[in-house]
Parts: sequence; structure tokens; C-alpha cells
Amino acid sequence: MLDRSKIGHEFAPFTVEIEKGRLRFFARAIGETNPIYVDEAAARAAGHATIPAPPTFMFSIDLEGPEFLPIVKLLGLDIPRVLHGSQEFDYLAQIYAGDVITQTSKIADIFDKKGGALEFVVVESVYTNESGEPVGKARQTLVYRSS
Amino acid sequence: MSKTTVGTKIPALKLPAISRTTLALYAGASGDHNPVHIDSDFAKKAGIPDVFAHGMLSMAYLGRMLTDWQPQSQLRKFSSRFAAITHLQDIISCSGEVVELIERDGETLARCSIQAAKADGQQTLIGEALVAI
Repeated sequence: MLDRSKIGHEFAPFTVEIEKGRLRFFARAIGETNPIYVDEAAARAAGHATIPAPPTFMFSIDLEGPEFLPIVKLLGLDIPRVLHGSQEFDYLAQIYAGDVITQTSKIADIFDKKGGALEFVVVESVYTNESGEPVGKARQTLVYRSS
Repeated sequence: MSKTTVGTKIPALKLPAISRTTLALYAGASGDHNPVHIDSDFAKKAGIPDVFAHGMLSMAYLGRMLTDWQPQSQLRKFSSRFAAITHLQDIISCSGEVVELIERDGETLARCSIQAAKADGQQTLIGEALVAI
């Protein structure tokens, strides 16, 4: 059983600069064809200040912390038994290249189903830009197989 | 563009077959370096036949479908459940439709049911989006 006392655990906040080249790389890796995600002039022509981060890029911010997947160590997870169960994003403002985003996250819940054969870990994150404006929220559910 | 209403279909997005290159590039670009997606030696040692796709790659494909349909500035909420694993060579198609119109905070939101599925119809991601129209 995963340690239920970790419910409410807050991970150390961290700050990430959203790099333009990284956004272009991400857009190409997902096969994006809309030029606003790779070309600054196209982005401006569409009314953006610069290249926007695509909708799921917030998840990549989570992976930029000082430690890769800190939850693995915190809960003592065996990586091959972890599956991504679900993911949810709320959009409050657009994230752009050049933004400096601070991510804070916590373990919102840990519960089990099927008599403990599957455990679920819910992590909630909030993203704030350099002006202190909240730009998004995320809720991630990991599924952990007991064997 | 015709008026968006309940039953309006989101133009579908069909992707090329998932290859090891797709996964390697997505791992690098997304920062998700979990070896189960890129290192077949690691996968085999862990008792998994081979590497498999990141769920978030298919969610990014769903995101592409949504922002091809409406500008990203209209997107309010986007969620997905990962229902089945996407394997190498799977051909993923994204589709969706408006299932409800909701008035909230002075705007009309289209609640869309969205999905990613393999060529044989098996759903891999089942989700929802709220898009201002």
C-alpha cells in the first residue's frame, strides 16, 4: 500500500523559463502543422505576442523540476508499474515563449480500487507567470499496479 | 464556418503510425524521459514486450485537433482518461463532437466529447473539452 500519510504533501515549487526553441521542438514532435506554434511572424499575425505553448505543454513544465518525477522517490514507486490514468487542464491565460512559470503541486489524494490491486495517486498543480497571474491548473491521476 | 451547435463534429485528425522515432522525439521535446517509452532493453527487463507511446503524446494530438478547430484562446478546459495503451505502429485518429452548450461567465461553452482511437476502433483516450464559441 502506498503511504496515505503523503496525502496533502506539497512538492517544492520551482520556476521554469519557457524557451522558444523548446516550444518549436515540442510542436514538431507532435506533428503540429499550424504555423503559429513554430513561426513568430505567423503567431503575431494571429494576434499573439509570440509563439504560444500548445495546450498540453503544461505537463512538460511538471517535468522540468530539479528532480525528475519526484513522486517516484516520495512514494517509492516502481516505474514499470506506473500508468498515467487521466489528465485534466484548466486554462486561465495563455502561456507564451519567454514566460517564466512557477509550478506548485501537491498530492491531493491516494486511494485504491479492486481490493488494493490498483492504487490511484492524484496530483494537483498550479502554474503562475512572472506577473503572479495564474495561467493554468492541472490534475493528474497516476495508476499504480500492486504487482 | 457554420454555427456550432449540439451534434457539430470537430474535424477529425488522423496521425501517421507511431514509430520509435515518434517516441524518441516526443520524449526529448516533452521532457518525459521515462524509459518505458524509449528504451526497449529497459522495457524487456521490466517484463514489458516493448516500448509503448506516452499517453500525453496522444493527448497532444487531441489538443492539435481542438486548436485546428477553434483558436487555443477559446479553450477553457481539456481532460482525458487513458483507456488503452498505444503501441508501436498503431495509427491513431482523433475525433469529437459537441454534446452540450453551456452558458458560463457570460460566454457560451461547447462541451465536447473527444476521443483518440486505433485503426480497429479501440479507444485509447476518452476525454472532454470546454471550448468558448
